[in-house]
Amino acid sequence: MIGIFSYLVFFACIVLILGVMTLGLNLQWGYTGLFNAGVVGFYAIGAYAHAILVTAPRPDLIGNFGLPWIVGIAGAMAASALAAWIIGLATIRLRGDYLAIATFGIATTIQLVTLNWDSLTGGAQGLPAIPRPLSTWFGSPLGFNLFYLGLLIAIVGLVYWALERILRSPWGRVLKAIREDETAAIALGKSAQSFRLQAFVLGSTLMGLAGALYVSFIGFVSPFDFLPILTFQIWAMLIVGGSGNNKGALLGALTIWGIWAASGVLIAKLVPPAYAAQGGAVQVILIGLLLVASLLFRPRGLIGEVPVVSRHADD
Amino acid sequence: MLAQSLADGILTGAIIALGAIGVSFGLQILKFANFAHSELLTWGAYLALVFVAFAGPGTPTAELSFGWQMMAAMLLAALLTGGLAWLVDLLIFRRLRRMGSHPMSLVFAAFGAALVMRHVVVLIWGHGTHFYTRELQIAIEVLPGVRMLPDQIFILGLAIVIVVALHLYLTYSRTGMAMRAMAESPSLARACGIEVENVIRWTWILSGGLAAMAGVFLGLTPQLHPEMGFSLLLALFAASILGGTGSLAGAVIGGLLVGLAENLSVFLIGSGYKTAMPFLVLLLVLFFRPQGLFGEKS
Repeated sequence: MIGIFSYLVFFACIVLILGVMTLGLNLQWGYTGLFNAGVVGFYAIGAYAHAILVTAPRPDLIGNFGLPWIVGIAGAMAASALAAWIIGLATIRLRGDYLAIATFGIATTIQLVTLNWDSLTGGAQGLPAIPRPLSTWFGSPLGFNLFYLGLLIAIVGLVYWALERILRSPWGRVLKAIREDETAAIALGKSAQSFRLQAFVLGSTLMGLAGALYVSFIGFVSPFDFLPILTFQIWAMLIVGGSGNNKGALLGALTIWGIWAASGVLIAKLVPPAYAAQGGAVQVILIGLLLVASLLFRPRGLIGEVPVVSRHADD
Repeated sequence: MLAQSLADGILTGAIIALGAIGVSFGLQILKFANFAHSELLTWGAYLALVFVAFAGPGTPTAELSFGWQMMAAMLLAALLTGGLAWLVDLLIFRRLRRMGSHPMSLVFAAFGAALVMRHVVVLIWGHGTHFYTRELQIAIEVLPGVRMLPDQIFILGLAIVIVVALHLYLTYSRTGMAMRAMAESPSLARACGIEVENVIRWTWILSGGLAAMAGVFLGLTPQLHPEMGFSLLLALFAASILGGTGSLAGAVIGGLLVGLAENLSVFLIGSGYKTAMPFLVLLLVLFFRPQGLFGEKS
């Protein structure tokens, strides 16, 4: 019983971390129409920035500053924001699918850097022993996980609330206007490029935050946590959940990760260990089919965008 | 060293070019970035493996490590992969076109299709590597300081033949002309009485066939694995965008340049970052000449 409970706590933590990433992507695609196919790259930057800032110093590495947790979180967000700003300056004016190809390439390059820059990232071995916040206060892993779950709920709540607020503000309306009709938005005197860049940076900052939250939960980071498939999973979450709706983004994270985890457990029970690779393939095939089926049969997603009419329309 | 890298680069480039032609077709005629195209390379390679498993790679002919059976397997794989590409279109992309979905929906669907296609390969053939033949080959010195395997020389020659044949097809056949018309302007092509769905079908079949041949060449130099196509995805996009999405020659020259850049980059940035090279090329092109080297400014 306690086994299932602690698994559910762990599962909920992962869903919330993925949820932060999906919220970031929703800001970029759902609200602004920016096709970021390099989600995992910004996630990796956040994860490594956090790990490098908070892990205890080691003579063979140039990073590892042993700073407090909160500095690591802030640093991770700043690093991914800075990276997104530089990348955005170079790519934001590209048309939809070209932006996707460019950002996909950026994520590939970032993963190569984490793999090859040994003196900073520990190379293929990764960085172990990343301190977890307040972990000495808790006697059992479950105790810590429950505390972390509470922390994540608070952070996701805060992110959700902040996003809802800014998206309802005039700033958020400009984003939607650019998505719907860029020329019209420009004609109304809004600098489309500058708003798109802001949304790109802000969304990527959330992805970086998710990376930091992930490594400070797991306590370990390696280049193999950042394979391109994660980007496609996050996209599946957004599309299946409903892009243009923050509740949809979170529901999508829960649905896709739920199916991923459940099918993993089921396959582990049914498939002999010799066929583990095939079992893993079935898991990915399920996600792919779900993404395609959602586009074909429920393009809005589970809960899609809610049409908004100006409150002055009745006058 | 440099000459050898040049030769290796031209060979990689020829294979990338064959794949990049399909990506260019996707961008020009089908009007979307087909992230699933790289999986057609993988499928082509593995389908040929099935025929090779039945008939064997053949007795080594001349200096090559395989016989005519290998070429027959490649042609069959090209036909079947063309069919597979068309089937994916029927099942997914055509429906999305008819639903009048957001243009980017096609790209999302391609993400999904790519995941399914790549992992069905793992499901059937496993994670490990496969070989068409374990025949050993001795490299020949083609130029002073440049050694190539006979298989590699053969592949290069065949790739040139395929590209020339394709050029003739696109220039003189009715379907080829219709494809070029679609690339210029779909609505105008439709107004001229071109059957759009027919052109789209042939585009998929051709793309699939070319991808399969690129996949078989990849498998011959020297092995097959489930990520073989996917690991080339960026190179394919880089080549097709670099060449400019206006012409066949563009995709071919783009492919060669990307192959050369990848192989020569070892001198510049080390082999660890070799796979990032196509991306750097791509970024430079998108930044300075988004219409590609040979494309016209829209």
